[in-house]
Amino acid sequence: MAQPCPVELHNVTFAYGEGELRRTVLRDVALRVEAGEIVLLTGPSGSGKTTLLTLIGALRAMQQGQARVLGQELAAAREAERVALRSRIGFIFQSHNLLGFLTARQNVAMALELQGGLNEAERLARAAEMLSAVGLADHIDKLPAKLSGGQRQRVAVARALVAQPGLILADEPTAALDRASGQEVVHLLRDLARRQGTPILLVTHDPRILDIADRIVAMEDGRITQHSSSAA
Amino acid sequence: MNQHLQKPALQAADQGLATPCAIRRPGALASLTLAIRLAWRQLKADRARLATAIAGVMFACVLVFMQLGFKGALFDSATNMLAAMRADLFLMHPMTQASFRPERLPRIRAWQALADPDVAQAVPIYLEQATLRNPATGSRRSAQVIGFDASAGAVAFTGLPPLIEALQRPDTLAFDDRSRPEFGPVGRLFRDHGPYHLQLGRRDFELVGLVEIGPSFGADGNVVMSETNFRRVFARPPGMADLVALRLTPGADATAVQARLRALLPADVVVLTHAELVRGERAYWEKGTPIGFIFLFGSIMGLVVGMVIVYQILFADIAGHLSEYATLKAMGYSNGYLSRVVLGAAVILAIIGFIPGLGLAVFLYDFVAKATFLPLHMPPDRALSVFLMIFAMCFTAGLLAMRKLRDANPADMF
Repeated sequence: MAQPCPVELHNVTFAYGEGELRRTVLRDVALRVEAGEIVLLTGPSGSGKTTLLTLIGALRAMQQGQARVLGQELAAAREAERVALRSRIGFIFQSHNLLGFLTARQNVAMALELQGGLNEAERLARAAEMLSAVGLADHIDKLPAKLSGGQRQRVAVARALVAQPGLILADEPTAALDRASGQEVVHLLRDLARRQGTPILLVTHDPRILDIADRIVAMEDGRITQHSSSAA
Repeated sequence: MNQHLQKPALQAADQGLATPCAIRRPGALASLTLAIRLAWRQLKADRARLATAIAGVMFACVLVFMQLGFKGALFDSATNMLAAMRADLFLMHPMTQASFRPERLPRIRAWQALADPDVAQAVPIYLEQATLRNPATGSRRSAQVIGFDASAGAVAFTGLPPLIEALQRPDTLAFDDRSRPEFGPVGRLFRDHGPYHLQLGRRDFELVGLVEIGPSFGADGNVVMSETNFRRVFARPPGMADLVALRLTPGADATAVQARLRALLPADVVVLTHAELVRGERAYWEKGTPIGFIFLFGSIMGLVVGMVIVYQILFADIAGHLSEYATLKAMGYSNGYLSRVVLGAAVILAIIGFIPGLGLAVFLYDFVAKATFLPLHMPPDRALSVFLMIFAMCFTAGLLAMRKLRDANPADMF
């Protein structure tokens, strides 16, 4: 039997606004991400992919449909349940969003502070390990301002992965990077996720990184229009 | 290709990831410590902003300390004379509101009090104001004259015991060395040249020594003399005194004696302990003047200004880090955790602003006390109550600033 499915959406419909201003951005979306699978979500601006990502990441309350993420039913989830779920998901944003007053290692360790049972030394050791894994062993005690854009995004990758999340959600992680650093970051992300067996759902416009995907899902007008398996 | 679009087997999934909550959260204390550490790291990162915040808290602190200090000093100095006059119990006319305007009580009450076996001595005290001539310039200034039989030993002033013999001679007096400087270099001349003549009212007195009392609201300086000498200067009905000091036998219970005397004596006297006597005088100045209100108002203004400064700093810190805060929320940090970070920053500011504020206030107390002769000092309970005020001020600022956290919405991060 296959492992349980980390992301499972069924009939998800979502709209912004009220009354005449109501604008439906997701219509009857169904999506599964299998364990260990890397799924890229593409589509033009306004197609609803970011909204879909925020729903899966429990950053927004659901309106209609069913969604189960890492075993948590989202349709009727309370705020506290959503907050708890978020701590089991690794997020990577368009901009790195590192805390400027913390060093790279402290930023990564922040993702571990939500877990009990680890002391400060263990947190810092694991953060340093993860930073070495993204190739920043020599930069662990630098502030984000002293790092290049690609390095910062790699710190963000380390932060998303260090707590061994059940799922990685990434939104345009290469948008602010040049081609080389962008490639480097997504390949790192893919390799590390593969090693941990973590599934990734990644929203992107960037055609240069499509090669990392197990499967590409295209969206348009709030609907999923196409699934294609890229790598064999 | 559309194998993933099959009807999701939600039930089947239950078996594997059935319990969504697998992660153990840290304990409340650990979580609070981490929140406060994060707050401190954030404050520390912007030195200029931190310095502004500390300066703001210090400002509020010093302002409140000075207001309370001046208030306390004024009320303390208002009661200097009575505070310096030490005896076990006092008899006073119930209509007496303040020592500079005493109602007279029958002197016979002193002898009646002696009926109690525990009352060892009863000494009538006489109070009048008279002008004292400045020995250097010849100008006159009004001083409080305190007359009583010092040899009985019921009333003690600092510096009085060695002068008791000398004060029994005719036309002698002791001068309060802590009187305001307008009386001239009375004390310095005495220390340099020994006894000399001073004019009190229209009469020449021999200055035989110095005592320590301090100026009050009612008088700039004090003079102590014997009852006999007092009667030479002031024509007074012989049967009336202004105050009676009682000395009790050693080991007597002052409260019990006080209760017995209340029962024994008629209603034209009240029996007071030294603390009650001083408190009554202080209450007169506190209630009878707007001094208390003026200083309360000043203190509140200081706290309001301090709160606005701290609020601004905390608000700017949140507003400048909205996306970082939103990221933390996305990572699973709760609103409550981030609120604790903001309140933690507020509390840190309260503490690190209070400590230099206290130091500066102690320095200023000393400085101002030397310049104004006001008895400014820092009692521990005042330091504690100002700390609590500053703490409440910063905490309120934190609560107000916390509302800005709502703007950090992780859903807007993508």
